[in-house]
Amino acid sequence: MSTSRITVVEKILSANDQVAEQNRARFDQAGVFTINLMASPGAGKTSLILETIRAVVPDLRVGVIEGDTAPVTIDADKITEAGMPAVQINTGGDCHLDAVMISYGLQQLNLEEIDLLIVENVGNLVCPAAFNLGTHANVLIASVPEGDDKPYKYPNIYRNLEVLIINKTDLLPYVRFNMDYFRQGVEMLNPGLQTFPVSCTTGEGIEQWAAWLKSKVQNAKQK
Amino acid sequence: MHELAVTESILNIAEKHAVQAGASKITDIYITLGQLSSIVDDSVQFYWDIISADKPICQGAALHFQRIPARLVCLACAHEYEIPTELEPCPQCGSFQVKVLAGEEFWVDSIEIEKSDEELAL
Ligand SMILES: Nc1nc2c(ncn2[C@@H]2O[C@H](COP(=O)(O)OP(=O)(O)O)[C@@H](O)[C@H]2O)c(=O)[nH]1
Ligand SMILES: [Mg+2]
Ligand SMILES: [Zn+2]
Repeated sequence: MSTSRITVVEKILSANDQVAEQNRARFDQAGVFTINLMASPGAGKTSLILETIRAVVPDLRVGVIEGDTAPVTIDADKITEAGMPAVQINTGGDCHLDAVMISYGLQQLNLEEIDLLIVENVGNLVCPAAFNLGTHANVLIASVPEGDDKPYKYPNIYRNLEVLIINKTDLLPYVRFNMDYFRQGVEMLNPGLQTFPVSCTTGEGIEQWAAWLKSKVQNAKQK
Repeated sequence: MHELAVTESILNIAEKHAVQAGASKITDIYITLGQLSSIVDDSVQFYWDIISADKPICQGAALHFQRIPARLVCLACAHEYEIPTELEPCPQCGSFQVKVLAGEEFWVDSIEIEKSDEELAL
């Protein structure tokens, strides 16, 4: 019997990263711009997707992958009702989507038929941050009633974002939410982060967000 | 948290390297974890005991965690500092423009293995 020490130095979750790269290659080849939409439950992920569809159709064709912990198709049904293809992924209780689940979801979605793919991640501010899906942009929705301290409590999700949406701005007059304190936390974690304040209820700010998406879709097509 | 997925990944990585080296058993696994990676060591150990139970080569291996503290650098005044638990602006000049230097590490560093003498002879 002999013992020895072997150097490994391999990133944990590197297997996920490899599949994420394959997903990314498929998106790029099809010229589809893809976003990973994350937020706590109830922040307005599904509402934002529906408002976005309203704002970009018919200019863009939108596909949606819905991640849910339970086999309920409530969110996916709303997208289908809005006339867009939606794929439901049931994570079987898991707290996040991973790259493999996305690659399975892609089997049911024709990338040639869409310009923009929105992935609605599982409602959670911790776990989705650790799993790269291969999408082009990580987008977080922070909603006003959740409170202004969330960047300080969930720093990891803020570090890896391309876009931050502040939703439910229509509730600002009714909720104690210090915008300066909130934005300072964000600035420390992600300096200069692209931010869109919106209200899915009044439609305020949706146009600016939709314009950003359209320009990104244009770039993705030209590549 | 997603400790189960993390533990499965650790097991796959360790097993792959052990098999490549012709090991009969893994006795120790050394893991480097940055303070910012928000992983709870105890739950990884908990899941490890369950999922390694039916993998003879992995079963009973001890997990060792090396924690790396979070270090930041201030982009305004270049001051470097460690954060204790909470996010803090630069203690020297108060700037919010800061960048992470260390603390996001998240990898399997090395493993300690046993080889039976037969395998050595081969
Ligand atoms: N007042 C207000 N309510 C909103 C807004 N956006 C979404 N909601 C409500 O918040 C709740 C949760 O929204 P939903 O889109 O299902 O959140 P999800 O769990 O993140 O997908 C619903 O009752 C929405 O009507 C908004 O901008 N303002
Ligand atoms: Mg939803
Ligand atoms: Zn400073």
